[in-house]
Amino acid sequence: MRLSFKNKKISGILVVVPANVALFEDEMGNYEFSIETSIKLKETMGYNQHRIVAGNVCVSDLCVFGLNWIFEKGLLKKEDIDALILVTETPDYIIPPTSNVIQGELGLKEDMICMDINQGCAGYEIGLIQAFMLLEQDTINKVVLLNAEVMSRKVSKRDRNSFPLSGDGASITIVEKSSSPSNIFAEIKMDGSGAFAIQIPAGGMRLPSSPATCIEQKDDAGNWRSLDNLVMKGDEVFMFVQKKVPPLIEEVCEFSGMPKDEIDYFMFHQPNKFMLRKLARKLKIPEAKLPTNIVENFGNSSGVTVPLNIAFNIGERLEKEEFKMCLAGFGIGLVWGAIIMDMGPLDFCNLIEYQE
Amino acid sequence: METKILEILNSLHPEFDFSATSDFIANGMLDSFDIVALVDQLEDAFDVEIDGEDIVPENFSSIKALVGLINKSSK
Repeated sequence: MRLSFKNKKISGILVVVPANVALFEDEMGNYEFSIETSIKLKETMGYNQHRIVAGNVCVSDLCVFGLNWIFEKGLLKKEDIDALILVTETPDYIIPPTSNVIQGELGLKEDMICMDINQGCAGYEIGLIQAFMLLEQDTINKVVLLNAEVMSRKVSKRDRNSFPLSGDGASITIVEKSSSPSNIFAEIKMDGSGAFAIQIPAGGMRLPSSPATCIEQKDDAGNWRSLDNLVMKGDEVFMFVQKKVPPLIEEVCEFSGMPKDEIDYFMFHQPNKFMLRKLARKLKIPEAKLPTNIVENFGNSSGVTVPLNIAFNIGERLEKEEFKMCLAGFGIGLVWGAIIMDMGPLDFCNLIEYQE
Repeated sequence: METKILEILNSLHPEFDFSATSDFIANGMLDSFDIVALVDQLEDAFDVEIDGEDIVPENFSSIKALVGLINKSSK
């Protein structure tokens, strides 16, 4: 589906990562890898270090911490927030919506909209599209888009498929109306027939959590996990990304009328380094324009990886310069989406740590 | 080419006899992480770029399949 928007912009990005750094070398003993395989995977897949919460930190804790940082710096006024969108797969509760919890904790005004969206790897693109649509309203001038995950709490520490790459964090993106004439182009696609390629089987109404669902069992590949844990069919997800993402990028470039070589940065979701390197080569995009260093430094924090990618790699420059950006997310759902837009100079683009 | 492929496979899993087995995947000799490691090593050894869409188990199931994969991959 093609979507386009006018007179909207991102004016600020803040990313919050847990201060707790977990090292793959310290966790290697949890998995049934040989040392040689572990060393090889460290390089190939980006297994190195990841930022994960150490205690019972929730999505709202990370978001409230980040928003208070923004308020204290005078970068945003509470009364200017007309909508709060939270994209997460790890909400604080089933009821109430975590965005409402955040609104209440921060004491935001009543005359606003809060909404939770359950999306993951393409959650930044979906959240931005939702923000742009809300901004079509006369009464909405500023939207705060929150992407936040504490997925490490739902991944078995003995699951070598997922735990070495899991990451937690939150991003806060200020989206507002703009007088800039530049257009924003989005392409978003979904295939629910692949919805169970990445899932947490228990905990919803279909299979409520119970003492039985928290018992870990070993799969054919030697991973231990329970039905309460995230499970990913890695092979299927890899093939989905390799098949679907290159044409998506070509299509959104064609839709925007902008050739790939005129785009300054391709800020993609980062599931693992190997997958991204394959995508970059397939698309013939130089790695300098498509950073792949988020997983090895922070882990995969789902929808947070795109804004983290931006803040970590070009945050300072974005406060002074403007870039043509292609943002893309792909995974859980299955969903794949991309946005081409101008970005910068931003009022702020920072990365901070959350101390537990 | 076959000799070099065997060397790489043996370095990955010296405990298996790849020269005497016809289906590495069905026999549990290679898993998805082995395939990832193998892609890197084959690309370096034969100076090729293996397309992401070709990284499917059947292309890694035998020496013959691997020779075919390398021949169809180009830099």
